[in-house]
Formats: sequence, C-alpha cells, structure tokens
Amino acid sequence: MTRSSGWPGAVGVAARGWGWRYATRRAWAVRGVDLDVAPGERVLLLGSSGSGKSTLLAGLAGLLDPGEGADDGTGEEEGSLHLDGVPARVARRRAVAGGAARTGLLLQDPLAQTVLARCGDDVAFGLENHAVPTVEIWPRVEAAMRGVAFPYPTAHPTDQLSGGERQRLALAGVIALRPGLLLLDEPSAMLDEPGTRMLREQVAAVLAATGATCVLVEHRLAGWIDLVDRVVVLDRTGGIAADGPPVTVFAAHGAALAAGGVWVPGHEPGRGAGPPRTPPATAPPGDGEMLLQARGLTATRRARARAGLPPVVAGIDVTVAAGRALCVLGDNGTGKSTLALTLAGLERPVAGEVVAGPRLAAGLRSPSPHRWRPRELVSRIGTVFQDPEHQIVATTVAAEIAVGPRRAGVPAADVEARVEELLGRMRLEHVARANPFTLSGGEQRRLSVAAVLAARPRVLVLDEPTFGQDARTWDALVALLRELIAAGHGVVAVTHDAPLAGVLGDAVLRLGSEHPDRGREEPRVGAA
Amino acid sequence: MTGALDRGVDAAAYAARANPVAKLAVGLSIAVAMVLSLDPVTAGTALLLEVVALPWCGLSPVALARRSWVALVAALAAGVGTALFGSGDPQAAAAVTARILAVTLPGVVLLATTDPTDLADALAQVLRLPHRFVLAALAATRLLGVLSDEWAVLGLARRARGLGGGGPLGRLRDHLGRILALLVVAVRRATVLATAMEARGFGAATRRTWARPSRLHPSDAVVAGYGLLVAVAATAAGVAAGTWHLVLT
Repeated sequence: MTRSSGWPGAVGVAARGWGWRYATRRAWAVRGVDLDVAPGERVLLLGSSGSGKSTLLAGLAGLLDPGEGADDGTGEEEGSLHLDGVPARVARRRAVAGGAARTGLLLQDPLAQTVLARCGDDVAFGLENHAVPTVEIWPRVEAAMRGVAFPYPTAHPTDQLSGGERQRLALAGVIALRPGLLLLDEPSAMLDEPGTRMLREQVAAVLAATGATCVLVEHRLAGWIDLVDRVVVLDRTGGIAADGPPVTVFAAHGAALAAGGVWVPGHEPGRGAGPPRTPPATAPPGDGEMLLQARGLTATRRARARAGLPPVVAGIDVTVAAGRALCVLGDNGTGKSTLALTLAGLERPVAGEVVAGPRLAAGLRSPSPHRWRPRELVSRIGTVFQDPEHQIVATTVAAEIAVGPRRAGVPAADVEARVEELLGRMRLEHVARANPFTLSGGEQRRLSVAAVLAARPRVLVLDEPTFGQDARTWDALVALLRELIAAGHGVVAVTHDAPLAGVLGDAVLRLGSEHPDRGREEPRVGAA
Repeated sequence: MTGALDRGVDAAAYAARANPVAKLAVGLSIAVAMVLSLDPVTAGTALLLEVVALPWCGLSPVALARRSWVALVAALAAGVGTALFGSGDPQAAAAVTARILAVTLPGVVLLATTDPTDLADALAQVLRLPHRFVLAALAATRLLGVLSDEWAVLGLARRARGLGGGGPLGRLRDHLGRILALLVVAVRRATVLATAMEARGFGAATRRTWARPSRLHPSDAVVAGYGLLVAVAATAAGVAAGTWHLVLT
C-alpha cells in the first residue's frame, strides 16, 4: 500500500437537509438528506433506482455546482453538504490546490473512466491535476498500482484491459491521490465474478491500509456486506428510510428492500421461482425439435478478424432445441458473446456452419441464418444485447416494440395488439410514450426483451440478460424465460450469472482456455 | 489509439524521436513554401529533399506505402486530371503531383511516428496551448477507439431488430439511424468520462504538473532546421530556375 505516513486523515461527512435538482429536470434527484458519517466509517448506501444515490456521491465528490446566477451552474442545491466542516465543493477546490484529494470517486462503467492510453499515464492523470511535483508522480503511480495488485507495467496499453482490470486501474488512479473519503458508485455492476472478487479484495486492502471513510453504492451485496459497518437507505420520496448496522437494517427492512430490487442476503431472488427447471411431465409443443445447430463452428468478431487476430472460439458443436435452454458460461474474453452472435445469424462463421432446423428455415432460400435478410431473421431468431441501449431504434417505448413485428410484415392491427400485450406484461405502460433512452436500467432491459419478443421468434438469444440488473428485474426475466421455454421456444443465454444458469437448467456450454472440456456440451438436468 | 506505435515504425529513429512540435514545424515550413508557389521545380526539390531524409524517419518502406498510398493515388489523380482537363501542360501536372506529395509526406511521418499522448504533452507544454482543451481532445481520441467497437455492435443490433437490407434508400436510412444511435452512445460515454476526469481534479485549478515532461532538445532544432532548409532550398531552386512565381498575386 501507499505509505500511510503520507495519507491525510479520514474525512467526516455532515449533510443537513441536503437536496439537489439537475437544471435539466423538474423533479429533485435527492432531497432532505440528514446524514453524519464519522471519519473511518464505512457506509453502504441503498435505495431503489431513482432515489438519488449517485447524485449524493457526486455531491460528496464536490462535482455539483449550483453556480452564482440562475442559469450559471448545473442545478439547484438546498441545505448543506460538508466534509470536515467545509462545503464539499470548496473541499474539492482546496484539495486540488493542496495536492491531495479529499475524495476519490469510482464509477460503474469501466470503459468510460479510462482517461489515457497507457496504464501509468492514466494513474498519473489525477496527480498531475493536483499539481504534484513531477519527481513524486512516478513513485506514487507505481505504489498505487502495486496497492491494487495491478498485473501490468506502467507502459501497458489501457485498451487491452478487461473490465475488471480497468476498474482496478481506475481504483489505482483514485488511491494515488490519497483521498480521505472513498466513494464507490456500483463499481462491480458491470464486472464478471472473478473481476468483482478481485476488486472487492483490493478495496478491502485499501480501506484497511488507509483507514479512509467509505461510502459504497451497490445492488449485489454478496461479499461487499462484510466491508461495511453501517447501512443507510435513501427514501425515494426524500430523506432517509433506514440507518443502522447491516444486521439491524436487514432484519427490519430486508423484505421491503428486496421488493425494491436490492439483493439482500437471505432475500435473494429466484426463491419464488422454485427448484431448477426439469422437463415437465407433458412435453412442451415441439419438444426437442432441432431449431439451430452449430457444426464444427469457428467464430470471430469482424473487428477482430480485420485486426488479424485469431478466432476466439473454435470447433463448437451444439444444438438449440425447442423447449430447451442452453447456457453458455465462461469468463470475459472466452468468446461467449461471439458464439451467441454467430448462432443468432449476426456474425458469419469463419469455419464450420450454423444451420437452422427445417421448420425454422421454412420458406427461406438458405438454412444459414447469417444469409437471411434482416426482416426474415427478426421473426425467427431474436437477440437481446448486453447493453439495451445498443438495440434501441425508435423514439418511444411503444414504437420500439412495434419495430420488429412491422418489419416481419405483421398486419398493423396485430402489431398494435402485440404492443399492448407486451407493455402490460413487462410493466411498461407508464412509459409507453417515453423515449427509450430516458428509462431506468431495469426498464430498458425489460423493453429490450419486449421488443425482441414482439416479432415472436422461435429462438431467443440473450447476451448477459441479467447484467447489472436489480433483483426484481432478475426475477421477472427468469420467470419469463421459463415460460417461453415451457411454450416450446429455444433459448440461448450467455451469462456469468451462475444462479441464472442454475434455474434455467438443461444444457451448459462452458467456454474458456483453462477448461479441458472446452467446446464440449456438458450434460445437465434433462439434457437431450 | 493504442498508445503503442505500429510494427514497421522505428520509434528510435533520429527524426521519429524528435519532439512532436519539431515535426509539426517541419510540416508547417514546407507547407508554407508549397502554398506560395505552384511550380514543378520548387515542389520537386522539396519532395526530393524529403525523400533523402526518409531513412532517418524510422518508417520502413512497407509502413510508408501503407500510410501514404491514399496521398499517392490522390496526387497522381490530380496530376492526370490537370494534364487532361486543366491546362494540358505536363509541367503543371507534375507540379500538382509533386506539391501534394511534398505537403503530405511530413504529415504521414508525423502521424506514423508520434504517439497521441506525446503530441498532447508537447502541444500543452512546449507550445503552451491551453491544457484543458488539449487533454480533453486527447481523452476524446481514446474514446474514439471505444466508439468504433460500438459502431460494429450497433450494426449487428440493427440487423437483429430487422432493420437494414432492401434498396440503397433503405440502407441510407438505416445508416442515418445508426449514426444517431452512435451519437447518443458517444454523449453518454463522454459524460461519464468527464465526471471521472473532474473527480480526479481535472479542470479545478489552472496550475498542473506533468508526469511526462516534454522539452526541446538540440536534436529537435536539427529536425526543425532541416524542414526550414527544405522550404528555403526548394524556393531558391524555383527562383533560380525562373519557374517560381507567387500564387497569391
């Protein structure tokens, strides 16, 4: 760890009736917060989506500035938010001038918070901004990179890092500034399990070595809960709903929090969904019918092929059958998404082939999905992308759902009926006229699934459908997928999410160089 | 965008490791001389002196060809065009071709042998351009690499939604939609990046230090001086040959 002698003390927080409204919004993002955090305390900040957790962290980081005049700043502030008795904003400015940050903020999106092209430069960026003398910068950069057990030298290019490595690099950039208050805004929401574990260990090590105060926002509490000694729950309508030691808060509010989407220990989702799926006594329609088959499939992404890199997955034999789920597991970079996109007819196979079953390909010139026209593909194989924003093509939620069936040539009256049905089913009626980009993460995920289902594809390919989702959306997705499978759809789910694979059951395909069974289908419950 | 330079580029070559500002000065000197007069002797002399200096620039012939073929095609096309449809004067055609090559070659060398981070360091520290703008632009170039991946994913996602295909008009409409989607994604990412940069103290103070000091060395004077020499020698050759005349008048 960085020499603790150089570490300024832990920071105390005092909020009094604090609130913030962004200039672009009419509603207050957060309001009526009264909160004291003692130096060295570690607080888990909870609250349903839209309760203003991220805004509070941005306020603590001193990034919210109401400015002087009415139209000057980025929003409106009420009450006060102090760090060690100084307004957070002023604390930030003084810290930058003084050469050591008071606060350090780690955000959710690993791709968007890497600033520079080389790892060492990226860590040095904050030190330069704080006008740390040049001779001190590199020793501090190296200490910070050692402090998070970063595996690469300073000259390593940042664009070759995995999501988890990027988050650790960002953490190094934060701790190089020796902040007395560590602010973590869902730092592991977009990481796979090994990445999350590593990040958690490094955060724990940093906190232990520095004694810094910590405010953490996270949905999936497993592992993180041991790091904190206090839980604060923000109320959606303003103020604080609960505050106390984790055990007390979860005992009193666990069920309510879980209903609000938090992954509370002892209230994990999926419990209501019952045991792992087993083939029902009465076979579902078209049970076992071959829908898609990969034979000796070698696949790569176009961008990868253009860069002259070797394919990531090779020699895959796998069948997608009606009434069955196929879960593709493996760590980041093992080619799970590539395989899914190729099965879905979006990427062209490098070698081997993907063929559709006779009924799925009925009426088409070719059995190879990648040769199908987009309008032919949409009603046969539906793909749900990892980031819902990638697949948004319309300006309202209702129009977004209508795109697929309309392209597939479904009559207008039927399209309308399908839209109505899916809006209700996916709890999206209240945002039917809203722009899809303005929805919350959970709403966007539900919309992306609704939009794909609207064209009624027999095969559904989902890339990390539960990534970054709260417990409520997770439950809804799992229930829907099980229903689709029971109705005779073929489902391919690419996931890191072991519980998801557990409840979907059927067949598992595990990718990854460290596994000897690479590319082999692992028989599981009821595998055909 | 990777921070590392391509294979085929020797970053340790004399001119390659010069300060980016010195390389910029070379390009600028030659460009000024080329703008002043359009004649085959001036442009030809400049091009010749540039080619003579190539061995010190660290670009292998293959690397050079790969980076300059567009300029080469454009220069030849412009020359042929001038000969066929313009004055019909072969001398004017040669002048056009040589001039385009003489102006682009220093640029090709600059881009091939300069890491964007080093360029930003030099612009902010040596030329004293406002560091906020320089660093914001540098961060944006890194984001460009991310966006090119996003572009590919957006294309796949649109196919999955049933869009694209069908006549050139449909393809055009699909392309516009894809560009719009990319813009939205870009703004989102840029907003997060800006927050991450501000949280690390960016933009809060006017004073900042530099982890990678960018300074001028005597060798940079040699490189910049050679650029000036090319400009002066080319102009002198043109004047001596009597072909030089000021384009502006």
